Amino acid sequence: MSKRVLLVVTIFVIAGIIAACAPAPTATPVAKPITFGVVLVGPYNDHGWSEAHYTAAQYVKSKLPGSDFIYIDKLNPADRPGMTLEQVVNDMKSKGVRLILTTSDDFQTDTIAIAPKFPDITFINASGDSAWKDGKNYKDIKNLGNFMGKMEYMKMVAGCAAALSTQTGKMGFLGPLINDETRRLADAAYLGAKYCWTTYAKKNAADLKFDVKWIGFWFNIPGVTLDPTKVANDFFNAGNDVVISGIDTTEALVVTGQRQAKGEKVWAVSYDYKEGCNEAPNACLGVPYFNWGPAYLKTVKEFQAGTWKPSWDWNGPDWANLDNPDTGAVGFTFGKGLTDANKTTVQQFIKGLGDGSINLWKGPITLQDGTVYVKEGAVATDKEIWYLPQLLQGMTGQSAPTK
Amino acid sequence: MSEITQKPVFSKKTGFSADLLWTMGPIILALLLTTLALVAIGADPLKAYTTLWNGAFGSPEKLGSVIDAWVPLVFCSVGLLVTFTAGLWNIGIEGQIVMGAIGAAWVARTFDLPAEILIALMFIGGALGGAAWALLAGALKVYGRVHEIFGGLGLNFVAMGVTLYLIIGPWKRAGIASTSGTEPFRPAAWLLNFPGLTVGPVEIILAIISLALIYFALRGTLWGLQLKAIGKNARSAFWLGIPTSRHMLGAFAVCGVFAGLAGAEQASGVWARLIPAISGGYGYLAILVVLLSGFRAPLVPFVAFFFAAVSKGSISLPLDLQVDSALGGVLQGVVVLLFVLSQGVRAKWTQTLSS
Repeated sequence: MSKRVLLVVTIFVIAGIIAACAPAPTATPVAKPITFGVVLVGPYNDHGWSEAHYTAAQYVKSKLPGSDFIYIDKLNPADRPGMTLEQVVNDMKSKGVRLILTTSDDFQTDTIAIAPKFPDITFINASGDSAWKDGKNYKDIKNLGNFMGKMEYMKMVAGCAAALSTQTGKMGFLGPLINDETRRLADAAYLGAKYCWTTYAKKNAADLKFDVKWIGFWFNIPGVTLDPTKVANDFFNAGNDVVISGIDTTEALVVTGQRQAKGEKVWAVSYDYKEGCNEAPNACLGVPYFNWGPAYLKTVKEFQAGTWKPSWDWNGPDWANLDNPDTGAVGFTFGKGLTDANKTTVQQFIKGLGDGSINLWKGPITLQDGTVYVKEGAVATDKEIWYLPQLLQGMTGQSAPTK
Repeated sequence: MSEITQKPVFSKKTGFSADLLWTMGPIILALLLTTLALVAIGADPLKAYTTLWNGAFGSPEKLGSVIDAWVPLVFCSVGLLVTFTAGLWNIGIEGQIVMGAIGAAWVARTFDLPAEILIALMFIGGALGGAAWALLAGALKVYGRVHEIFGGLGLNFVAMGVTLYLIIGPWKRAGIASTSGTEPFRPAAWLLNFPGLTVGPVEIILAIISLALIYFALRGTLWGLQLKAIGKNARSAFWLGIPTSRHMLGAFAVCGVFAGLAGAEQASGVWARLIPAISGGYGYLAILVVLLSGFRAPLVPFVAFFFAAVSKGSISLPLDLQVDSALGGVLQGVVVLLFVLSQGVRAKWTQTLSS
């Protein structure tokens, strides 16, 4: 080896020795009874899906003395190239974490793959279905459970608010990627819109236009997904006056706010996060949101008590008090963009959903290709709702991946 | 193009201490600048550096993940040594990694074979995919007079487009349209890891063999000598009877092979499927590795290890300190920038002194 080679090697060796002598890190205090880990797919402050999870972790911390959490956000190959879930789990494990929540559909495959490799760690994959014994993707894994909120009901409310507010009868649904969850939620929004359009606004169902566009992932990744800002603008340019967001982030509302400021009569329904209207309050009809706190708290408590067992929990709203942070798994915040009269109607709709007098899962429900999915008189089962295979008749947009 | 392959100046006249100064200077300066950045955002620099260190070497698993990043960096650096020697900036290496991953994924999805054969075929598929894509950049340069930087950049975007098309098109998961990735490969297509680690023996051995191979090929063969001649001055090399076009294409192809191996390793060993960002940015990072190594093969494994450690160690920054892990990238970038800068300054300085 040449002198230069020798030199650089020496430098690295010296640097190594210096670094090795650096003070050891302060270990996580052992006094704390429990520290759980949260893995987020987007930024913790995205005002959407990931922030709703981050808030839930904070909720546990405030409700359960001695509990704390560590988190990593933006775990996706675009933001953190080369970083895998397994590396993150290893890292959290080395910090003493034994309960890890992987909070995205995007982590389901990897969580299923790595859970058996870490038998001493308990995993929860939020929104997944691998722990559902009757589900299509059941995997018998002892240390992996799922929970999800019954967001479809709040999406119905979102659709209702949109249908009552639209002047053109045309609305757009800004969808993320296509899978069981997103088809289910887009369909629920349409069912809510159609109901309120025909029942309260007393208009013809055929005159309601509901167009769905998918960007390809849960949030914008430049060069990979479609740009949600552009898609939202395209919706408005095409004559829609309400956009319902189905993605993790707030682009739809931001665009709507900008266009409203220019004098356009347009509105948006935000998604995921309780305070999701704040980006553009006057343009916001409302936000169907996840209240993950109670499910987090239950899981952490069970884990702490040693009584946790794998389960698949599909948690509903607290119909008596939609905004109770300690009970329901999903809720709806009304936005300033909704008129008082329409708000009253939406509240009436919510009441009907809650007491069972309105059940939009009652047949007939017809799929986009004309197949009757739920027959007249029948009510869709949990399995039929969860695995809705297509968009519904009356909606336009892609149902399943292009063949 | 000769100026880009200019070796860092290590004058015979000046002594070891001067060399040390010119090498350590930029590194210390880079640390200082990064520390300033940390102070500016209100983080404790010492804590940040210890976190970084422990994030990389705090446990066997972490060391494993550093080696996990070291492997693709070495593959890519090895390839880039060849193109740099020929005076070529193979920016298209990212696309070549992607095409390697696609080649490997195609093999994994197409053939149902025992693990040993399947994985061997995946690496061959990856090498061919990478080489083909690199040859395209080479052909654009040699026959189309498109500078390899622009050709390569363009082809990187095209490669990304091809991956996305495959993931949401022909290779989509049943009933799902997501840019997230394809269905995981069958287990036979997964590279075996050391127990409890995210890295295994096969890829490490392959990376070391690759490095040794190119070290000797560049040093001790006529091919290596001719590549060097082209790198120093392509025109004179041509007049001296060296088939420059053929050699440039060859250099691209060889680099593509190694980039393709990196892609196959990422597809098989890290993700077990095809994802959009499968290159992991290792191609671009490897360019920095080779620059900081001063285009010397024996230094590559050490510099690559430093880069891998900073990359993986920075994972712990958001976990422990809520400091963005991009800090690792800042440190890497600043080190290289200052190193290259110091070489320029030194060259100029020595010139002024001697005149």
